[in-house]
Amino acid sequence: MKIKEVKEYLDAELLCGDEAELEKDVYSACGSDMMSDVLAYVKDQSVLLTGLVNPQVIRTAEMMDMICLVFVRSKKPTPEMVKLAHEHGLVVLATDKRMYEACGILYSNGLTSKGVKKR
Amino acid sequence: MSEALTLHFDVNGEDFTSAGQASVRFKKNMRELGVDPEIIRRASIAMYEGEINMVIHAHGGCADVEVTEEAITITLSDKGPGIPDIAKAMQEGYSTAPDNIRQLGFGAGMGLPNMKRYTDDMKIESTVGVGTTVTMRIDLPK
Ligand SMILES: Nc1ncnc2c1ncn2[C@@H]1O[C@H](COP(=O)(O)OP(=O)(O)OP(=O)(O)O)[C@@H](O)[C@H]1O
Ligand SMILES: [Mg+2]
Repeated sequence: MKIKEVKEYLDAELLCGDEAELEKDVYSACGSDMMSDVLAYVKDQSVLLTGLVNPQVIRTAEMMDMICLVFVRSKKPTPEMVKLAHEHGLVVLATDKRMYEACGILYSNGLTSKGVKKR
Repeated sequence: MSEALTLHFDVNGEDFTSAGQASVRFKKNMRELGVDPEIIRRASIAMYEGEINMVIHAHGGCADVEVTEEAITITLSDKGPGIPDIAKAMQEGYSTAPDNIRQLGFGAGMGLPNMKRYTDDMKIESTVGVGTTVTMRIDLPK
């Protein structure tokens, strides 16, 4: 799935990232508000969905080599956080959808926790 | 690279906003050295968890890194309250973090177990009232 599609499926706003970055492929995702839970699964996660807003979210994504961050429940990062995300080359999206729904939409469209399902 | 490379990072315990910065810089340093990305990821996550622990549990501390041809060794030292029961602290889910830390996304009790899992060796030395030193080694392929 391309980041562009993640954005479309979630009806999300683009807060950081450009056209070229939106074309990047993502293969798996995880959703959590607890950063150490995210850090417990080291295998190629590329998208993080979270309702937590602080710089550690950006740094956690950076540590995991993730490329896309989605803030759920209408949470908005501060300008400093967006700047930090930009430095790390992370695409940042924000959606009004809640965690359960956002994860469900992406999952049912083939983005699982273990890679994109063949349809 | 015949001589060991050493890096030193101070970890500020007063300001949670900056927590994790040392690990971000460490990761950048390792990329510049051309270390394998999978190894960098494991080492950075381990250091990041340890760095956050020093900020939330020990009022900060410092991180010393040594890179040789054989391994990356990360030593995290603090003068915090110490860990009374290390075996208990190592259990998944065990955390003494207060609610305000949980609201920041930490305190799942997963940090130390993650650090152990991602490294080839980990030692914790801690004395209550004196401080804690965590030493982690990540082997580099020949
Ligand atoms: N440097 C330290 N100084 C004092 N106590 C520590 C230190 N590191 C860990 N601890 C203690 O060990 C417990 C377990 O640590 P661990 O990193 O596994 O979980 P956590 O930090 O509470 O939560 P998480 O890492 O999931 O955010 C902590 O709650 C704390 O009581
Ligand atoms: Mg921890």
